[in-house]
Amino acid sequence: MKDNKNIIIELKNVSKHYDQTYAVENFDLYVKKGEFITFLGPSGCGKTTTLRMIAGFEMPTSGEILLNGEDITGLPPYQRPVNTVFQRYALFPHLDVYDNIAFGLKLKRINDGGKMRKLTTKEISEKVRSALKIVDLEEYEDRDIATLSGGQQQRIAIARAIVNEPEILLLDEPLGALDLKMRKEMQLELKEMHKKLGITFIYVTHDQEEALTLSDTIVVMKDGMIQQIGSPEGIYNEPANAFVADFIGKSNIYSGTVIDRLKVRFLGHVFDALDDFEINEKVDVVVRPEDVKLVPPGEGMLDGRLIDKIFKGIHYEYTLMVGRSEVIIQDTRNLDVNCEAGIIIEPDGIHIMKKELTANIYDDAYIDKNNNVVISDFAFPCDVTKLVPGSALDGEGYVIGPDGTVYDFTDADVKATVGLTDIEIMDNIDEGGAWGNVVGIIYKGDHYMLTVRTPQDEDFTLDTEYTYDAGDRVGLKIAPESIGLALKGEAKKYAKK
Amino acid sequence: MQKNKSLHFQRKYLSIPYMVFMVLFVVVPLMLIIAYAVTDKTGMPSAENLISFFSDSNNINTLIISLFIGLGNTALCLLVGYPAAYFLAKKNLGFTMATVLLFVMPMWINFVLRTAATRDLLFWLGLNGGDHPYITTMIGMVYNYLPFTILPLYTTMIKMDQSQIEASYDLGATPAQTFLKIILPMTMPGIVSAATMVFMPTMSSYVISDVMGERKISLIGNSIQLYFDQGLWHMGSLVALIMLVMIVIGSFATRNIKTEDDARGGLW
Amino acid sequence: MKTSAFMDFVRKFYVYIVLFIMYAPILLLIVFSFTDTKLVGSWNGFSLRLYLSLARNREIVTAAINTFVVAFSSAAVSTVLGTLGAIGIFYSGRRSKAVMEGIGQIPIMNAEIVTALSLTILFVFFGIRFNFLTLLVGHVVLTIPFVVLSVRPKLVQMDPNIYEAALDLGATPNKALMRVIMPEVLPGVFSGFILSVTLSLDDYIITAFTRDTAYQTLSTYVYGVTSKKGALPPSLRALTTVITLLALVVLLIANRRGKSAAKKPRHK
Repeated sequence: MKDNKNIIIELKNVSKHYDQTYAVENFDLYVKKGEFITFLGPSGCGKTTTLRMIAGFEMPTSGEILLNGEDITGLPPYQRPVNTVFQRYALFPHLDVYDNIAFGLKLKRINDGGKMRKLTTKEISEKVRSALKIVDLEEYEDRDIATLSGGQQQRIAIARAIVNEPEILLLDEPLGALDLKMRKEMQLELKEMHKKLGITFIYVTHDQEEALTLSDTIVVMKDGMIQQIGSPEGIYNEPANAFVADFIGKSNIYSGTVIDRLKVRFLGHVFDALDDFEINEKVDVVVRPEDVKLVPPGEGMLDGRLIDKIFKGIHYEYTLMVGRSEVIIQDTRNLDVNCEAGIIIEPDGIHIMKKELTANIYDDAYIDKNNNVVISDFAFPCDVTKLVPGSALDGEGYVIGPDGTVYDFTDADVKATVGLTDIEIMDNIDEGGAWGNVVGIIYKGDHYMLTVRTPQDEDFTLDTEYTYDAGDRVGLKIAPESIGLALKGEAKKYAKK
Repeated sequence: MQKNKSLHFQRKYLSIPYMVFMVLFVVVPLMLIIAYAVTDKTGMPSAENLISFFSDSNNINTLIISLFIGLGNTALCLLVGYPAAYFLAKKNLGFTMATVLLFVMPMWINFVLRTAATRDLLFWLGLNGGDHPYITTMIGMVYNYLPFTILPLYTTMIKMDQSQIEASYDLGATPAQTFLKIILPMTMPGIVSAATMVFMPTMSSYVISDVMGERKISLIGNSIQLYFDQGLWHMGSLVALIMLVMIVIGSFATRNIKTEDDARGGLW
Repeated sequence: MKTSAFMDFVRKFYVYIVLFIMYAPILLLIVFSFTDTKLVGSWNGFSLRLYLSLARNREIVTAAINTFVVAFSSAAVSTVLGTLGAIGIFYSGRRSKAVMEGIGQIPIMNAEIVTALSLTILFVFFGIRFNFLTLLVGHVVLTIPFVVLSVRPKLVQMDPNIYEAALDLGATPNKALMRVIMPEVLPGVFSGFILSVTLSLDDYIITAFTRDTAYQTLSTYVYGVTSKKGALPPSLRALTTVITLLALVVLLIANRRGKSAAKKPRHK
């Protein structure tokens, strides 16, 4: 599969961190010549940082970047045969269209029969004109940048990059500032341009539809890590985990249990499946809305109540309640709602994936002098007697072991475990023991799986029935008894003499 | 690796000559002021300067008069300058940047010359500095510091969102309420900047009081200048230190109000 | 809306009346520069004799030339150091940025006389004789923060990616600085320069403290004459007219500059 001759750029185990936080972690990727590859993910996922490392604006903290097999990790941007189209175009406001496009050409030195020389005015002018032709803006060379529309500025930014004939064109959310109609048009043009120029495009976007439309290969990223690399079809049809499934397209995501070979139970029903998992394993099940078939009640695998219908142009989107879980269904028929209906889900419509997280585990927690466990600078009351089996607390807060040993666990390093359902979320940030911002939301049919990030960048993942939005500031409460504790090291270290 | 690193450091090194200059000619001199203020002629630490300054009632008087003239001038400048800046910034009145620059232009004619001209004008109008030193001094002060009041106020006001004022009217506020609850708080940064640019300089500008008040009024600036003329560096430094302390207190008191930095340089 | 039109008239009138009062002393000097009397106020028929005597008055002409030499040379030094400083500070890390911006605020917050005295003490302490250079340093300290403050907003407004775009297109860091950042901050550099000249021309205190006493500028000359109850020498009226005309020209140029973004085709 990996043919070295065909690879233009390769990132080997590239990481980038600022102070203590990772922006990109262990990034491994190779890109084939002429490929249109897209880094896709929510904001803050590290996609732009990765692009900037390829451009040379950022240095990886570790790892290396190879271009045509040569290490360019330390090469400054002006020595890389790579050009960038910036998110907000970054056109030079003091130069007109012509001078913007000619900027790189005027700096360039070419090898002319063994002698290095600058390009002549005539050569530059020809190249600028052909670049303007590619972006369909002939006759615009004397215009001031400020007089151009957003779409036109975008084209000039592309022309300014491609006129230098880079081996790779980097595009950092280039259509982000355009309105929807303009964006659609530019998508088609970019695809056309990619075909015409035959060079490698590396594209960054948070818009999954854009990624699916444009790319040969998509790299889905989250929290600085690659979640999945694949073709648009592959990523859509076989998402590697619940995050990818949720991020790409619409999906129903449920918690399920594998109960037998190729049999999975979710929505209170046992379905045939194609993916083989260990029996009794807890899994995430993804079902695309178009893979659910609506049938009259009693004729399907299970019944529910149709409660909602939204017209979406080419189809209707129905919501079916099965018990307390929602099932989103796409159907072209116009059916009545508020009635019973059955559904059928074929085995090839059921995608089973490993459950990502069953509990929050904090490896660098410690006990403070008030017998609280401190996680991410927040102190939670907890049951320290869990650290020594069969122990009890004395009046002064020391733990008395079954053999009568007195332990003082102040500053003891512990591993704390908290289940997803054991964290209570609340609007009032002062009420709980900790607070943070909602950074991730995945709908799981009858509940949401939220990720709440504390100011110290620690994540609490929890299940809740309530609706929150990304960015909401919330309080978190954990019942003392539901915090699992395990000592790091021997208990006798903390015995009082 | 080395190559790329240097790229990211390149631009910040540009400030080195500036910083060397600032440390040599701003920070070190300030240190010297503090050092001189708390030592005697032999260079030994001593409170002698402090005691001799405050045991002279003339000095106390000077401090109090300076404080009053400083406050009075600040208030007068704001009173005259605030409406002027507000109208200049009002878009429907059609004032341009050129009008604003007209307020700055007199600075090209040195302020000593301008102050002398003001004195001559008042004299012509029958107001004699020898007979009414406080009135003429105050007029001279307002003349000189009005541009410093109008500029920061104007810069804040030009940025003010007109729709917020309209919203206030829309919600039923009267013009007076709108001014007190919306316009005044929004222009606070400009007011603070204007006040800091007027108050301290007023107290220290002995030139205006000398010329306008015919040397009948003595301000803190006069004390420093007097010590300077006599080469009494330690006493001069003490007075300067007293002013420094007042500045620090002043900026501490207004630290919660974002001041209008751009106002000081953003013009032209 | 009759009342609102009337109110607008009142507002405009207020601005113009304030301007008129501010210019009254200067206007008085200008009017009486065209007659030949010892004191302003008594018209003695039109005459250009004051202009002739101004041209012959060596002392005043030298002082005027000195004033402009100090203003333009200190503004030049301030503009170069300050512009590089502003760019360097802008690209520094958060902590060093805060320190450098804090130091830059000192001369602005500080009373001019404290700055002046602190420099004097510095020169005395290190045994440096007062000469043109000490005066120049004084004026640079006075004006350099305003250059930094003029350039900074241009850096803030600048698209942060254009420097990277230049590198991306093959420019070395130095070329990117000269070809992309410099053109972007140029308006700020220009205003910083004009502001520096303005502040330097207007100054008296720093000049009085840091000059060689034999070196007269307009401000020290005028202060020397007028602070001792003396009337303004009549030729200074003529000089006021000349400087006012000069300032008007600069104002017109500065105003033009903004409007005449000429759009001539360059690539035919």
